[in-house]
Amino acid sequence: MDEQDRETLTAKAQDIRITTIRSIGASGGGHIGGSMSIVEVLTILYYRYMQVDSQNPGKSDRDRLVVSKGHAGPTLYSILADLGFFSEDWLQTLNQGGTNLPSHCDKNRTPGIDMSTGSLGQGLSAAVGMALGLRLDQLSSRVFALIGDGESHEGQIWEAAMSASHFKLSNLIAFTDYNKLALDGCVDEVMSLNDITSKWVSFGWHTQRVDGHSFDQLERAIDKALAEPCRPSMIVLDTIKGKGCSFAEGKVESHKMSFTSKEAEKAVSQLTGKEGE
Amino acid sequence: MMNVSVQDEMRKVYTNTLLSLAEEDENIVVLDADLMVANGTKAFYQRFPQRAFDVGAAEANMVGIASGLSATGKIPFAGTFACFASRRVFDQFYLSANYAQLNVKLIGTDPGVTATSNGGTHMAFEDLALMRTIPEITIVEPADNVSLRSLLPQVAREKGCAYIRIDRKSSPVIYDESEGFQLGKAKVLRDGTDCTIIAAGIVLVPEAVKAAEILKSRGISAAVLDMHTISPLDEGAVLEYAEKTGFVLTCENHQVNGGLGSAVAEVLGEKRPTPMKRIGASGLFGQVGSLEYLKEAYGMTAEKIASACLEGLERKA
Repeated sequence: MDEQDRETLTAKAQDIRITTIRSIGASGGGHIGGSMSIVEVLTILYYRYMQVDSQNPGKSDRDRLVVSKGHAGPTLYSILADLGFFSEDWLQTLNQGGTNLPSHCDKNRTPGIDMSTGSLGQGLSAAVGMALGLRLDQLSSRVFALIGDGESHEGQIWEAAMSASHFKLSNLIAFTDYNKLALDGCVDEVMSLNDITSKWVSFGWHTQRVDGHSFDQLERAIDKALAEPCRPSMIVLDTIKGKGCSFAEGKVESHKMSFTSKEAEKAVSQLTGKEGE
Repeated sequence: MMNVSVQDEMRKVYTNTLLSLAEEDENIVVLDADLMVANGTKAFYQRFPQRAFDVGAAEANMVGIASGLSATGKIPFAGTFACFASRRVFDQFYLSANYAQLNVKLIGTDPGVTATSNGGTHMAFEDLALMRTIPEITIVEPADNVSLRSLLPQVAREKGCAYIRIDRKSSPVIYDESEGFQLGKAKVLRDGTDCTIIAAGIVLVPEAVKAAEILKSRGISAAVLDMHTISPLDEGAVLEYAEKTGFVLTCENHQVNGGLGSAVAEVLGEKRPTPMKRIGASGLFGQVGSLEYLKEAYGMTAEKIASACLEGLERKA
């Protein structure tokens, strides 16, 4: 990745992070931790790889994204608004009655959302189905899926893992947001995942593990995954829960936190280095 | 669909009807969870190997994959035993398929007492109750192969999620080959004036007809309605026959709470309070046994239906 691309993506990620902190703050709080840890991966997917059209969100040959950890919707909403799928004003309505932006992703409410998710473990199966459907239609579209590390406690994740490699779904690329924190505590204290990369390897996936906040590493891993001819790909992302949001970063409690717009602005100031200005 | 013989086992009529539809519509796909052989869909795998997916004993994943396929425009028919299709994967079917407003058709086989030798663990007496709570769902339980062959294409054409409850190994035929059926419209099998028997499915509809014969021999005129579509319920038919006969008995191969009996009671309770009784498993778990043994054990017989009607007629007076 050249310097300019890196700078462009870094600036975009910063904007997305700020917009997301503010939109969650406007609703009095929410799933800040798991929304911050996936900013870089969603940024590089939408601003570098995914073929989508904000003017025609349902077009059949688009790439798909299933955010199986559906509570991370707010980050995705910031990106979709920035790309023009809907008005940026919507971001101030997050989680309010009648909103089109519920805490968990809803394909029927939000333009650009490909699958309704929120009951953990279900989205990867849907992504497998989409990958099968696109292949049946002989479309070259890709399906991207994002699962959580805590979500990986769900048995259905491993049912889906088995089936994706069985069906040789090279058009499916999944990411695990390995931020090491679940709701009740550290993931491995709640229920040990042991060697997560070995698990995916043994399930027949092309598996990589990279720094989920490094655009260079993300780009290399996604390029390799796209070149994989006959297996689904898993990219395990080492991430920091709450990344970039001062009061949430690295904290178990960041899974779902109450905070005000004032606190959000303070976090934004710290993030931009303009605190106290 | 006339090339599909109705003399075969119900699972074969199901698969042959699907094959016939799939020849015309390339979006129709089939999924199984290691019950392809048991549910008789193998012929679909042979004819359309690219459009059939056996995911192994992983029902949750099957429903999720079906939902994803639907999101790309496919019309998936996913089958497993009724107990797994309902109890085991209710959240997946509810959220990934129904809440997401996709187009997934879930088939539950061997419902209720038709699970026979698989016994209590496999005996779904609550699948209708669970499914009925899902907004906008279509629920169909054909009473024979003729109605299955007629209703399945309608389910395929109607966009939205559906739950279809069928037997596997019996070959029920109670209707004339030329009989037509309309999704959401009760079939009046027999008109009557003294009482109404509303039944569904291959076990209870034939018993209801037999019960009407028993009642006839005692001078009582019983109407029999085949309520093949349990959701949306044909409220018009329920109200019409309640008014006409003044007593309604429901019969289902299911627990009496939450299924057909409850659906009818809800309509009558709110719109036309009418004396009624419900035939079905009442506060009991399933158990192993032959079909005949189980029908006796749960009171799903013509004799029980007829005596329930006689009791009801006394209340009516």
